[in-house]
Amino acid sequence: MTAVRRTRRGVVVSFDEVEASLLRHLVGEVRDLLTDGEEDLLPAVRTGGGAGLPTDAELSALTGMAGVVDAETPDDPALARLLPDAYRDDPDAAGEFRRLTEGSLRRDKVGAAERLLATLPDDGPGEVRLDPENTELWLSTINDVRLALGTRLEVTEDMAEPDPEDPDAPAYVVYLWLTELQGVLIEVADG
Amino acid sequence: MSGTLAAGTDTGTATDTRQDTDEATDVRAAVPWVTLVWNDPINLMSYVTHVLQKLFGYDREKATKLMLDVHQRGRAVVSSGSREQMEHDVARLHAYGLWATLQKQ
Repeated sequence: MTAVRRTRRGVVVSFDEVEASLLRHLVGEVRDLLTDGEEDLLPAVRTGGGAGLPTDAELSALTGMAGVVDAETPDDPALARLLPDAYRDDPDAAGEFRRLTEGSLRRDKVGAAERLLATLPDDGPGEVRLDPENTELWLSTINDVRLALGTRLEVTEDMAEPDPEDPDAPAYVVYLWLTELQGVLIEVADG
Repeated sequence: MSGTLAAGTDTGTATDTRQDTDEATDVRAAVPWVTLVWNDPINLMSYVTHVLQKLFGYDREKATKLMLDVHQRGRAVVSSGSREQMEHDVARLHAYGLWATLQKQ
């Protein structure tokens, strides 16, 4: 199990080889989910930027589009959970909010995922030392993976251990691992 | 939300409920928009508490109370103010993965 401890210089996460590559794979999947169909809007992120990302207004000027073209709630439930409607009972206001902000929300999440990937050990086991800012990036990005995976698995609050015969059991074990990792990270960070 | 409730964190008494209503009335008179956080089965209770502290500067006690409201009542008002302020708060909560919406109070 991934170990998390607090030191005077930040939170330290220790991975074995399998865990680091698993996390790399999962975070990469969520990054790809968030960038799918958005390539034209994400040039800075795609080239590994991080600072100096273009604003929605600048992107609109570059592409001639108002941030995000499609103001509909995403069909994919996992994507819809990552990019939720801001208005519950007002589809017009929700669409307008989405048109103005979804691009920057996607870029923030993709940027955080890229930065998590950049801090992971390249190969094999290793340690990651997280300053407070990176701890927040890790928490929100691991949470995004849990939101996507948990939505796909249709998890409930009272879910028990997975049935080994269930084809989703391996994915659910991964979900539980992420849940434990996130829980320990919060405990150590807030402790 | 996912997580384990500590023993003794029962739902509020009748007195608590009335106090909440009074506070809500005061807020409604002063500011027309609110940000709501909704319960979901994925976000950890400790994570919701953590995010409310980080984003709004609430102390742990207030953040925990709001988190328990979300968990037990299905939603809680976490901030109030102008429509623009609430849209900003909702965007920040979405960046952290909380299920947040805004509406007129």
